[in-house]
Amino acid sequence: MAEAAHQYDETMPLEYRTEESRLNILGFWIFLGAEVVLFATLFATYLVLFQRTGSGPTTSDLFEIKDVMIETLLLLTSSFTCGLAVFEMRRRRLSGLLTWLLVTLLLGAGFITFEIREFIHYVHEGATIQTSAFLSSFFVLVGTHGAHVSLGICWMILIIIQLLQRGFTPRTARKVFIVSLYWHFLDVVWIFIFTLVYLTGMVM
Amino acid sequence: MGANHHHETFPWKHIVGFILSLVLTFIALWVALSSGWTIKAILGVIVTLAVLQAALQLFMFMHMTESDSGRVQTINMLYSFFIAVVVVAGSIWVMWFVL
Repeated sequence: MAEAAHQYDETMPLEYRTEESRLNILGFWIFLGAEVVLFATLFATYLVLFQRTGSGPTTSDLFEIKDVMIETLLLLTSSFTCGLAVFEMRRRRLSGLLTWLLVTLLLGAGFITFEIREFIHYVHEGATIQTSAFLSSFFVLVGTHGAHVSLGICWMILIIIQLLQRGFTPRTARKVFIVSLYWHFLDVVWIFIFTLVYLTGMVM
Repeated sequence: MGANHHHETFPWKHIVGFILSLVLTFIALWVALSSGWTIKAILGVIVTLAVLQAALQLFMFMHMTESDSGRVQTINMLYSFFIAVVVVAGSIWVMWFVL
């Protein structure tokens, strides 16, 4: 490890200081590659089936642009504030990091609240997961994304607790950086849900 | 390597990335709902805008290319996007008869 210590000197951000952390981050990128493929299979299923609406509502009957835009802007802004959190971490400002992580959490919780309200609204209109092939694949795709966001919220709360207990260490810095990668990735997936599910659904 | 932005005092890269993301989102919204173009043209443009915005997140927010693993990380993501395109486009292609 002497070689690694020599290689990853003081000029690197804290999360890259050890060989172990750098490999953890690389490993997480490989996990994200697998997640891309997971979501690709769900997108493929949805895009093949979304016009199979049976006797249930179609995409343009169901989707409302105002709700979708609120969700999109909440998640996009949370991705931005999560980036600011890492920026503050690299300036070694713990209070700035904690503040932006908290803002990110609140925006994420707002996103989930709107998404659950959207789903409840659909179910009340008789559009359940069992209504048609379109709705089955819709709820599975968008629900999987929502489950990821919910998991991200719990994960981020645990990281905040560790930061409060331990402050900046190479380990906590690496954990913050990895949860930030996860959070940005969820916004990347949402960009495609916004485009291929909602916008496409309102055009077709 | 690429890790020098912790010396910056203002998060320009993030703010530019955020504004560009907003612009791309609203252009896509306008193209889809108000442009009046053909469906093919609309789909082509909004998918392109989505890919651009995804790239923006990867480079400006996720710092994909930084550290000594930057190259491996970039190749890994490009490969996963390639698989994603094959899976999605391939599924639509073979199931074209039901669409």
